[in-house]
Amino acid sequence: MSEVIRAENLYKTYRMGDVEVPALRGVDLTIDQAEFVAVMGSSGSGKSTFMNILGCLDRPTSGRYFLEGQEVGSLSRDDWAHIRNKRIGFVFQGFNLLSRTSALENVELPMMYNGFAGKQRRERALEVLSLVGLDERVDHMPNQLSGGQQQRVAIARALVNQPSLILADEPTGNLDSTTSAEIMALFRRLNSDQHITIVLVTHESDIAAYAERRVHFRDGSVVSDQKKT
Amino acid sequence: MWFMTFRIALRALGRNKLRSFLTMLGIIIGVGAVIAMVAIGEGAKATIRSQIASLGTNVLIVLPGTATQGGVRTGSGGVNTLVDSDAKAMTQEIQAAAFASPVIRRPDQIVAGNLNWSTLTQGVAPEFQQIREWQVAKGRFLHEGDMESAAKVAVIGQTVVNQLFGNDDPLDAIIRIRNIPFRVVGVLAPKGQTSQGTDQDDTILMPYTTMQKRLMRITYVQSIVVSAVSAERVQEAQEQITALLRQRHRIGPDREDDFMIRNLSDIAEAASTSARVMAVLLGSVASISLLVGGIGIMNIMLVSVTERTREIGIRMAVGARSRDIMLQFLVEAVVMAATGGSIGILLGIGSSEVLKFCAQWPTLVSPIVVAIAFLFSAAVGVFFGFYPAKKAAQLDPIEALRYE
Repeated sequence: MSEVIRAENLYKTYRMGDVEVPALRGVDLTIDQAEFVAVMGSSGSGKSTFMNILGCLDRPTSGRYFLEGQEVGSLSRDDWAHIRNKRIGFVFQGFNLLSRTSALENVELPMMYNGFAGKQRRERALEVLSLVGLDERVDHMPNQLSGGQQQRVAIARALVNQPSLILADEPTGNLDSTTSAEIMALFRRLNSDQHITIVLVTHESDIAAYAERRVHFRDGSVVSDQKKT
Repeated sequence: MWFMTFRIALRALGRNKLRSFLTMLGIIIGVGAVIAMVAIGEGAKATIRSQIASLGTNVLIVLPGTATQGGVRTGSGGVNTLVDSDAKAMTQEIQAAAFASPVIRRPDQIVAGNLNWSTLTQGVAPEFQQIREWQVAKGRFLHEGDMESAAKVAVIGQTVVNQLFGNDDPLDAIIRIRNIPFRVVGVLAPKGQTSQGTDQDDTILMPYTTMQKRLMRITYVQSIVVSAVSAERVQEAQEQITALLRQRHRIGPDREDDFMIRNLSDIAEAASTSARVMAVLLGSVASISLLVGGIGIMNIMLVSVTERTREIGIRMAVGARSRDIMLQFLVEAVVMAATGGSIGILLGIGSSEVLKFCAQWPTLVSPIVVAIAFLFSAAVGVFFGFYPAKKAAQLDPIEALRYE
């Protein structure tokens, strides 16, 4: 199995005025393709900072981050944007869909930034919407969709450019338990059927249980890394 | 890709139509005002220019009386220092002068059959035709023989024909002025109105000698019109006429002229220039409105960027580069400005037409001005949209996604 993520001795320090706040202290982590990893830890543990670096939204202060074998920690912002477009898909707790924009158009959004033509975009968008189980309501606005449906749209959007990696930040945080279970089942299906690597942040054990590997953060380092047997 | 960006911008502006419209208002008013002002100026200029042409080119008018008296018209109480031999002397002795004609004017009532009409009677010499560049539509103009015999002949203007003869042919008809019969020998070609609104076709021309002897019993003339050989020599002609008249009227070196010389084209040109200066001035003031409109756009775009911080974060998270975000907001600003400009242009053209129709002001909308106004409003959009677009493009995606 090839490596998707390789973090080598990652450090991230924020400067707040005169004070230096170390968010990550020497994180080493490797994630292979098609792994389903849950990242856990309380707030301030560094898990969000780690996710931001994984998602090419932030630069490590020191250390190296390899995505699919390419060192990406020191690339330009434009290069990062390209990586976020093509190789990484984000799913957020708050869904982060564009309001007053239909589900279909929301899913098409990443394709607008890599030059897909109109008809191709539409076809591909419908394809992934079908994959996440949303064949109807594709023309609905987010405020006409339930939480679970909105999150499915967000997942579809994350999948639309066929990324190697899905990064999900508390994706079930705003959903009730039934819907949470549905969404987690969807993630599981995507991981097992489509072999998509998923890294998911959560603080709930039952959600983490869906993943086969759990990584715990505390005070900026990895304190445990367990695979399910 | 441009088409899509354009469509996205229109969508974003359409989300809050009222706000977009109010923002555009500055540009709309500014452009509309500029178009209308310039149209008025151009129209005035064009009208004056054609009226200069209809008055005759390079024309000087010599009037009796000193400058300090200030009077332009002489009536029966005026100073009577000009005589017809002055006009003849001018033609003969002044090289810069091409033609000179005495002019005597008086309002009179004309009777033809059982109709009558009040018009302006003018006694002139044959040279009057060349000076005023006035063609004859039918028949002939006055000639030297008419002068010598103080013939009772008249050449009438189009308005007089309409009033007294309708569609009938007036040639060789008899008209009576103060009960004296005159024969119509010619009809003047139409000339239209002067810039003061006088109807030039509402007149009758007769030999000045006839006017002097038979109608008014005077020996002087009220004015002399002179046309210079060329535009360059108008000044020279004016100086030579002054010298000639001073000599003929025996005016000593320390006494004032007993006459005034007016340059008709100068007056008209001055009016044209002042019309244009007015238009430019008003246009500049209107341009300030454009500036204010641009500031309004910048203001609203800044608000819009702040409101859509989250949206910008989302776009960046799915792969929008800084320049994509910058372009998006820049295009929005330009679309707003250009749309405002287009509406302003329509408004400006509309107002010009309304003015032309209702107030009878001549207006002229030139396509060049329209194109410049449109490009300028687009430029305003680019200029004032730049800062907000840059701000948007420089947002940090992590911060933007966290924004409430």
